[in-house]
Amino acid sequence: MEETTQFCTFHLDQFLFGVDVRKVQEVIRSLKLTRVPLAPEVITGLINLRGEIVTAIDLRRRLELPPRPPEVEPMNVVVQTGAEVVSLLVDSIGAVVTVTPEAFEKPPETLTGVARDLILGAYKLKDRLLLALDVEKVIQGAAV
Amino acid sequence: MGENDDIIKEFIVESHENIDRLDNDLVALEKDPSSKDILARIFRATHTIKGTCGFFGFSKLQTVTHAGENLLARLRDGQLALTAEMTTALLAMVDVVRELLSRIENTGAEGDGDYAALIATLGRLAKGGTPPAGGSGAAPKGGGKSSSSSGEGAGRPPPGGPPGGEDARGDQAVDTILEAAQMHAASAAMEGHIRVDVGLLDKLMTLVGELVLARNQILQFTAVLENGGIAQATQRLNLITTELQESVMKMRMQPIGKVWNKFPRVVRDLAAACGKNVHLEMEGEGTELDKTLIEAIADPLTHAVRNAVDHGIETPAERRAAGKPAEGRLALRAFHESGHVNIEISDDGAGIDVEKVKNKALSLGLLSPDQAPVISDREAMSLIFLPGFSTAEKVTNLSGRGVGMDVVKTNIERIGGSIDVQSARGKGMTLKIKIPLTLAIIPALIVSCRGDFYAIPQASLMELVRLDAADAGRLIERIHGVPVYRLRGRLLPLVNLGKELFGTESSGTGNGEGPRSVPIVVLQAGDHVFGLIVDAVNDTEEIVVKPLGQQLKGLSVYAGASIMGDGRVALILDVLGIALKAHVLSEVGDRAFAEDKETEKSGVVDNRQSFLLFRSPDRGQMAIPLSAVARLEEFPRPSIERAGSQDVVQYRGEILPLLNLSTSLPERRSRPRHPEEPPAEEGGRDVVQVVVYTRGKKSVGLMVERILDIVEEALQVQSPGTRSGVTGSAVIHGRVTELLDVENLIRGVLPEFFGPA
Repeated sequence: MEETTQFCTFHLDQFLFGVDVRKVQEVIRSLKLTRVPLAPEVITGLINLRGEIVTAIDLRRRLELPPRPPEVEPMNVVVQTGAEVVSLLVDSIGAVVTVTPEAFEKPPETLTGVARDLILGAYKLKDRLLLALDVEKVIQGAAV
Repeated sequence: MGENDDIIKEFIVESHENIDRLDNDLVALEKDPSSKDILARIFRATHTIKGTCGFFGFSKLQTVTHAGENLLARLRDGQLALTAEMTTALLAMVDVVRELLSRIENTGAEGDGDYAALIATLGRLAKGGTPPAGGSGAAPKGGGKSSSSSGEGAGRPPPGGPPGGEDARGDQAVDTILEAAQMHAASAAMEGHIRVDVGLLDKLMTLVGELVLARNQILQFTAVLENGGIAQATQRLNLITTELQESVMKMRMQPIGKVWNKFPRVVRDLAAACGKNVHLEMEGEGTELDKTLIEAIADPLTHAVRNAVDHGIETPAERRAAGKPAEGRLALRAFHESGHVNIEISDDGAGIDVEKVKNKALSLGLLSPDQAPVISDREAMSLIFLPGFSTAEKVTNLSGRGVGMDVVKTNIERIGGSIDVQSARGKGMTLKIKIPLTLAIIPALIVSCRGDFYAIPQASLMELVRLDAADAGRLIERIHGVPVYRLRGRLLPLVNLGKELFGTESSGTGNGEGPRSVPIVVLQAGDHVFGLIVDAVNDTEEIVVKPLGQQLKGLSVYAGASIMGDGRVALILDVLGIALKAHVLSEVGDRAFAEDKETEKSGVVDNRQSFLLFRSPDRGQMAIPLSAVARLEEFPRPSIERAGSQDVVQYRGEILPLLNLSTSLPERRSRPRHPEEPPAEEGGRDVVQVVVYTRGKKSVGLMVERILDIVEEALQVQSPGTRSGVTGSAVIHGRVTELLDVENLIRGVLPEFFGPA
């Protein structure tokens, strides 16, 4: 049981994604966003997280998935990498899942394009696949 | 051990302070070798370090300082006179001490550096020795010749004292006691001060920032409440927060002398290396500014000072030949002025040779041949700030300056400052740097655009203009995508915020069912003034500047973000960034060149320039660069008077000479070029349109037939001028347009205009 990892999971389109739970600072309901004109499309805007200004990245756009339907109110998964705090906008939050290395496999062919680079691999859960996200790449690639 | 660590840390901090003083004192002593006070101070500082490090067992540090102390003791006792070599050796000792201290600070040990050579040199000098013939710094023991007991002991022992090293050690014990007493006296002077960790100060600053935000939110809530008690409490909270904020800001203030402290040493070493004599003057060392700013300006200032010594001030021989005193003068001045800190670095060196700068810029492709003759000296000088100007090869051959000045400028502008250069050839040059007092909390104007709030730092704000929507269409003259507004007769280029940010014009421009007025925020970006059209001007607010995340750092139009009173995030506009994006700075000698770097690389210079088009006397179209236009005026015809053979008009309490283009330009055509157009006097127009050209304090008015347009064009001069006063012809708006050579024209008619001011 030593090598198990806990993933904070969330839904995007029909996929289940996960981020190493140690990188997740918090999960919050959608906050008021301030858009940033001229910023890349993946950057939805800025949020005020208790006095800290945090950049929000729309994961759907980042992964080149179809746009989120307007009736779905996104959730903020606030992740921390290095000194940087960034909020990832997702459709909805799943459970915290414990996975073992045996269940891991390289990225599946079902995802193409930019998404392939941003996914570390898939964990085979009982009923579906959990796609592990490379948070650093997601954030770095979003830069202007 | 932990306790010991703390003591060592304190020792290091204290020693660093001592060392910084030592540098300056040594340079001062060199200037004034007879000063007992300075010498005593140096001796004491060296001694303190030596004594304390002996206590901690840092033997290297002790040996080096001991050797230095011996030399100093003999200087103090008047047995030796200070020589340049001694100063150099003592400064070298200071460097070694500094190096050892930082090594101890980082690793806890002294490391394995070998300082035998320095110790030997110090020892030899203490014995009154001369440099060994052809030898390295490591003079053998007994190399000194004046000392009677060659090679024995460090320093002449006092009569009756034990000889040699024993003496030194015994001496030390006594000194340590003396030292303890002195330290006590020194710390008494420091009473009322405590050392505070910088991290703690930063945290306090952040917390106060948060408090200011919370206060702003509460103020907004209570504004809608009608409860006397809460209103009163809020008022108090408001006052206390403001005061707290000011106090914390003051805590972070440091005198600029902290940066300047190292300059006497820098200047001395560099001047010696270049074989120059430089006298450094400093004024206003006590001028305080925020800690972060102190750190940010340290490098640019050092660079500018080095530049002045290296390239500005001439060698003594050159100076004498130019009739100047052999010793150059470098003056640093700092003072507060209207919420800014001004720093001036001036030297009395060779100054900038404008022509050489222009030629250099031409050869580098930073300036186009068309621009070279028309730009002013001031603009030409600012060319030295262009990136690429300094990185070019052989730049040191340039008798002027410009090494790395773009870096200086960039660094100063990054902290919201501005830099300006003034120079008179042969007389020297002055760099004027203006920086804000603090960066953390700034007053800002809140504007809105498409429903979002944006903050504009008030430091860039000049004024607000509100146009009635009904008049806006008429007052905002939009010609070929270059909107301008005549602000008190001066042409103000306009930038539409909505257009810059979203690619389409703001709704506030008065078309259709827009708002009732068009607010224009007049801003200053560097030397340029432009108007920013926004949807609405809301309020002024103290905002806390927060940096944008890494992902957005590349957007130069934002300087950061801030949280508004209602908790919303507002982006802070970077005025310079907006100006660059909108190409308002596309005039010569500006940072626009930096943006156009890619085109430069490919060998094409983007020389888009704004021109004023007007009708020439012979009914053709003429143009002059907008940069040559100070103002546009209209004078009623009867107000024109004559003085001698010259048309003049009273203008702003002065007499403005008027040049009539139809008489001062040599006529070329007998027939009007466009006879179908109405005659010039357009139905008894009783006003004369005048383009005012200013140079220095003098102005001259050019009477033109009619002002037509303002255009921004990348001009291609197609044929050279065929008559004097004309640079050449180009096609603008599909019409052949003559480019007026204002300077030559004026020179032809009013030769005294360019005479001495």
